Amino acid sequence: MVKVSLSSGFRDAADGAASVEIEATTVRELLRLLLERYPAMERHYDEGVAVSINGEIYRDIRDLSIPPDAEIFLLPRLQGG
Amino acid sequence: MAEQSYTDQEFKVIGSRVRRPDGIDKVTGRARYGADAFAPGQLVGRILRSPHAHAKIKKIDTSRAEKMKGVKAVITCDDLPDLTGGRGPNYDILVNCMARGTALYHGHAVAAVAAVDEPTARKALKAIKVEYKTLPHVTDVDAAMAEDAPIVQPGVEHDGKPSNIVNVSQFGHGDVEAGFAEADVIIEKSYKTEQTHQGYIEPHACLASMGPDGDGELWVTTQGHFTFRTVCAQLLGLDIAKLKVTSSEIGGGFGGKTHVWMEPLALAMSRKANRPVKLVMGRDEVFMGSGPTCSTSMDVKIGAKKDGTITAGLATLRYQDGPFPGPWGMLGGMTAWACYDLPNVQAVAYDVLVNRPKVAAYRAPSAPMAAFAVESTMDLVADKIGMDPVDFRLKNVAKEGSKAAYGPTYGPIGIEATLNAVKNHPHMKAKLGKNQGRGMACGFWFNFGGQTCTDLNIGTDGTVNLTMGTVDVGGARASMSLIAAEELGIPYEKVKCNVGDTSSLGHNDTTEGSRGTFSSGMATIFAARAAVEVLKQRAALMWEIDVEDVEWEDGAAHAKGIEHSNLAPLTLAEIAKKSPQTGGPIAGHNEVVADGAGVSFASHICDVEVDPETGKSKILRYTVVQDAGKAIHPDYVEGQFQGAAAQGIGWALNEEYVYGEDGRLQNPSFLDYRIPVCSDLPFIDTEILEIPNPNHPYGIRGVGETSIVPPLAAIAGAVSNAVGVRLDHTPMSPPRILKAIHDANGA
Repeated sequence: MVKVSLSSGFRDAADGAASVEIEATTVRELLRLLLERYPAMERHYDEGVAVSINGEIYRDIRDLSIPPDAEIFLLPRLQGG
Repeated sequence: MAEQSYTDQEFKVIGSRVRRPDGIDKVTGRARYGADAFAPGQLVGRILRSPHAHAKIKKIDTSRAEKMKGVKAVITCDDLPDLTGGRGPNYDILVNCMARGTALYHGHAVAAVAAVDEPTARKALKAIKVEYKTLPHVTDVDAAMAEDAPIVQPGVEHDGKPSNIVNVSQFGHGDVEAGFAEADVIIEKSYKTEQTHQGYIEPHACLASMGPDGDGELWVTTQGHFTFRTVCAQLLGLDIAKLKVTSSEIGGGFGGKTHVWMEPLALAMSRKANRPVKLVMGRDEVFMGSGPTCSTSMDVKIGAKKDGTITAGLATLRYQDGPFPGPWGMLGGMTAWACYDLPNVQAVAYDVLVNRPKVAAYRAPSAPMAAFAVESTMDLVADKIGMDPVDFRLKNVAKEGSKAAYGPTYGPIGIEATLNAVKNHPHMKAKLGKNQGRGMACGFWFNFGGQTCTDLNIGTDGTVNLTMGTVDVGGARASMSLIAAEELGIPYEKVKCNVGDTSSLGHNDTTEGSRGTFSSGMATIFAARAAVEVLKQRAALMWEIDVEDVEWEDGAAHAKGIEHSNLAPLTLAEIAKKSPQTGGPIAGHNEVVADGAGVSFASHICDVEVDPETGKSKILRYTVVQDAGKAIHPDYVEGQFQGAAAQGIGWALNEEYVYGEDGRLQNPSFLDYRIPVCSDLPFIDTEILEIPNPNHPYGIRGVGETSIVPPLAAIAGAVSNAVGVRLDHTPMSPPRILKAIHDANGA
């Protein structure tokens, strides 16, 4: 079970929760299970999400393993110049 | 990620200041930019733009223009049917490229013409009659948030009411009110920054050619030709594979060329005319019709103990996005407090619509404004408690293990190292004269990687063609050539790096987020290593030994073991020469999603002299300290630091979009919009720190953006110390400085 902290933009889709617990071992599984639990996440997924694992932000990699007790944040997808 | 992790290897050519591969072409005029392409029978495209800030388009009559001799196509939004589903980022791009029923800002495109020459195209634009019904407009972010503000986009609601507020983001942790209750000193101040443009010298330009069979080609100045292909194909209903996009040499982008502005219009006109169409923006169009950064209004509150420990920080940030929603306020909120380890911190960020051009990314988008407000307030707190501003920052600096205000816990980061470098820099100890002041500030940017695809092909003479898919905006061809040379063990001069068109490689994300050297560097390393495996196989064939007995070192295959001691090493050139007989071409390829870019920090020092009679300020000395992870080509790294600082200086002192009461942009030219020129700037000193990024084989971090973040605050500190009055509004132009002095003196 991993604890996923949600930045503010995602909380409306998760009934206001600041964090949720999900049984997932990869980023892909985490995002899929999160969407199954909170279908309103789809809009955010369309706009793009990034996942921070133990401080490293991953915008695209989905097959990444989630280490036990990892710190997970769901963040908006970043744009740069 | 293991194969991508830092290898801590000894480098032979990485870090050397080799000749720039594009230098001669650029200084001789041989380099081909966006406007330098020609095609047989090409037409000249021109765009008709709205003279109003906000207006219903009741009718567009193109009949006279269409009948003019030499006019081959006239288009309106009717020629660009909505294929996006009517929502989302690509719909916004479609609406921004050509107004659909409503002109949303002064300069919004409403029609376009393709004609045989420029005069005919201009005459045709004048022949198009547009009937407008003007609507109330709003161009100021605070005014746009007022309850009675004109609504920019019907349908947007906030708190259940029509509104221009499209998004509210919150980041932080702890209890800020409890934190402020613990503080000995609290400083609260409001700030404003005006809208600025990236100011790239090369305007937007493209040559579009659509064939009757639905195949198309687009030559364009862009930071991301693959992204342009995807967007244009969707907007025009084309197969992605049938649209070939070639990126020209680029004369600056800084985020402004990550977005599609007019290219679908060129393609649509070419499709209608069945002729190639060249479309080049004038400078006024670049200001009015491309994407500047946000203007902002911000409030920052910091509480601290007398010993310098910050107990709480609160930032309320209001960013205007133009008429379309963007992530800009959100990014300001994420970056505002990123340099510090704070127990109680919050950033509340508003994204707000106004009748100005669609906002685009500008080098570390949104971070400079938030840093201006936070860092300026940091100075005020340090002053209030009588602490050196560098020591105050060091007391609260984020370190490995600190919880970032935007959420995650930091790994190894370089902000403390940049601050210590600033503290010990001779610049900080240099004496100042009359009317002179010194400021310093810190900055943060995320950096990222993304999809990347690279090909490496070895010729039979032992030279190497490296084809990368990320646009070279600041030295990537040199850096990639160095990396390929390092991996293969050959001289830098033996590698020729090109940017491939969209038909020659798999998708590459846009060159943004300081990702070019990080991500294409990673792909080049792996492509070269794949080629080395082929070279070893070919050497084994030539020697008739097992490939396991071959190793690669110093640009040559070596046979291992005493039983092969009679075999002299085979160089890359020798193996390549025999390649037709050993299996054909030798190549390496890699596609990768290069994540793990690592965050980046910089600290700057600035000395300014201000003429108290005129308010004119002069930058006397400027020093940039930034963590580069590993500087592949130090000249280019220093150039990125200096370029970012120069842009920040312009932003801080002079650059500003000026809107009239009528909502029209008053200064769309470089005469009236004042970017810094050489005579405005001192030589900008740089200090490169190399704290390896553990997620890249060479330890590379992005370097292109972070150093535009500190200048606004560093210069504000310097100007404020020079005149004795805190400046809180950029640009700190002479009239604004004079007004601040007069207001402080009660004049």
